[in-house]
Amino acid sequence: MTSPRDIVLASIRRSLAVSGHEAPRRKAAADRLADHPAGVVPARGQIGSAERLALFAKMAEFASATVEMIADVVDAPSAIAGFLRRYNLPMQVRRGEDARLAAFPWEREGTLEVTAGVSDGAQLASVSHAFAAVAETGTLVLTSGRDNPTTLNFLPDNHIVVVDAKDVAGDFETVWQRLREKYGEGVMPRTVNMITGPSRSADIEQTLILGAHGPRRLHVIVVGSGD
Amino acid sequence: MTHAVTSSQFKDNARAALSDHDLQGALKFVEVNFIARRREVADRLPEFDALRDAARDIKNHTLAHLDLYLEAYETRVTAAGGHVHYAVTAEDARQIVLGICRKFGAKTVTKGKSMIGEEIAINDFLQANDITPVETDLGEYIIQIRNEPPSHIIAPAVHLTKAQVEADFRRVHTHLPADRNLVESTTLLAEARGVLREKFLTADVGITGANFLIAETGTSIIVTNEGNGDLTQTLPKAHIVLASIEKLVPTLEDLSQLLRVLARSATGQEMSVYATLSTGPRRADDPDGPGEYHVVMLDGGRSSMLGSDFQDMLRCIRCGACMNHCPVYHAVGGHAYGWVYPGPMGAVLTPSLIGIDKAGHLPNASTFCGRCEEVCPVRIPLPRMMRAWREREFERHLSPATMRAGLKFWSFFARRPRLYALATNLAARLLALFGRQRGRFASLPLASGWTRHRDFPSPEGATFQAQWKARRRP
Repeated sequence: MTSPRDIVLASIRRSLAVSGHEAPRRKAAADRLADHPAGVVPARGQIGSAERLALFAKMAEFASATVEMIADVVDAPSAIAGFLRRYNLPMQVRRGEDARLAAFPWEREGTLEVTAGVSDGAQLASVSHAFAAVAETGTLVLTSGRDNPTTLNFLPDNHIVVVDAKDVAGDFETVWQRLREKYGEGVMPRTVNMITGPSRSADIEQTLILGAHGPRRLHVIVVGSGD
Repeated sequence: MTHAVTSSQFKDNARAALSDHDLQGALKFVEVNFIARRREVADRLPEFDALRDAARDIKNHTLAHLDLYLEAYETRVTAAGGHVHYAVTAEDARQIVLGICRKFGAKTVTKGKSMIGEEIAINDFLQANDITPVETDLGEYIIQIRNEPPSHIIAPAVHLTKAQVEADFRRVHTHLPADRNLVESTTLLAEARGVLREKFLTADVGITGANFLIAETGTSIIVTNEGNGDLTQTLPKAHIVLASIEKLVPTLEDLSQLLRVLARSATGQEMSVYATLSTGPRRADDPDGPGEYHVVMLDGGRSSMLGSDFQDMLRCIRCGACMNHCPVYHAVGGHAYGWVYPGPMGAVLTPSLIGIDKAGHLPNASTFCGRCEEVCPVRIPLPRMMRAWREREFERHLSPATMRAGLKFWSFFARRPRLYALATNLAARLLALFGRQRGRFASLPLASGWTRHRDFPSPEGATFQAQWKARRRP
């Protein structure tokens, strides 16, 4: 019996008038997969590191995120506590097991209660560490795993994301390359979340409202000063 | 609750739409908002048109090598622990989804927005099999509780006013206090969020669409603003991706080319809030994520479009820019088109997928103004393809006899330029003579279709061709 897979592939080949065995076609596809050529990369992101951080902040704020720059990671707990106080939120955050987050001097904020693990929807604020960011559009890139569970990106009302200044890239293509370096060619973590601003909907009369199913606030803390 | 295909009744649908007060009120937002927002964000990116060329070329390359990229994609999905199920027809796709839901004993299924889901009418089917589908995109949720199909491919409830949504929420959310304030859109959104949050946490299976599939990595991508698609796919035991063969792109680099034109063309954003890349199910060390990951790969008539006059339509990335810029869509909205794909892209795609005999009116519902092609991020020649459908319709004798007779009558004159000039000149003079009193006609023989709704102005002087000739002479 012919499988649905064989039927679909045969139909594609019939329409394209090919057999699937043509060497030049196979080479064209294999080369593209192996070389993954970059196409048009906007000039906007091709700038020095200080300007890149400024562009990232500008674009993220344009997408309604808030951005805070801190010089040293030791200031991260107070930046997080400051954000919670600003919005009168309880002094509680849920984080993943990311080693960088675990190493924060949390004890500097004695009243801040920090727990590690996934979100079940009961938490009001979470802290994640981004894999990278993209200045071109103000986008954060987060990868799934025990270190940064995906549920923390979507269930709590307030999402705080820490990113190292050196990980803020000018464009998406730089991030794809870093993913390949970390996970291997053709291999991806289960989920890569690219996040640009807080959740929103414009489904009612095209009026934009923040805070749909995901967080209504996205606060980004950039650590350090780049390369 | 099955939504019948009514594309063959486009004319009646359009007539009803024109006199629908609420619809006309809602449609005015389309024309104003989408167009201005796209223009603004496109102007901010100097490379925008170069990116459109690149996007077109990537899609063309992928379609020309589609069999090979599908094989590469499938290998990667399988390596990541996922499953690819091919579906020749919509019915095959429905059975595959049902099989997976049954395996998990699913009672409730949450859904992210999926046009393939609409195309295969998965909600009706699941309902008929005692599984409750819950749409979680705000627009999709609204039309689900109204038992309506979407009227726009990215803004499904764009045909509704806020007052209509408020009335529906009061009708359906009876567990909430009757005297609650729902005047603001923010309170409507908050109410939907509250109602749906519970569904996310209790659903057995989550179904999403896919904006793109990446051959290099075996990845599916959803692009959303609300975050509903992410909750849909992260929380349940299984994630089902409803996709189709033309969603494929070769590499991550190709994905970023397309992402750069998608949101800008669709909603006028630099980037949608969430672009999520999913590869396989929960890994051994993952604390969250779906236990199984299934991709339903629908053909549904697409493979036959390859190599045909309509292959270019398979480049479509479903941004909705063509309908946002279409004067016909602005006038009648999406439901008039009678199936899931409205506007110019629907006028080309619907006849390809369900047959020109059922959708012949759609390619005729165009003024050929060309705005759709002008804004298309993958440069699909939509007007040319609508014309190709018109020709086929004519060749297959599907157009009405009066229209065919009229065209024959006209072509008799059009092929005889002198006679044409003589006849139009005579007609213009006669109309000018009879119409000189009022300057317009309230009725004319053979033109009642026009004069029923507006007057026909009486000609003033010579025909266009005569004037053109006279003016060119210095």
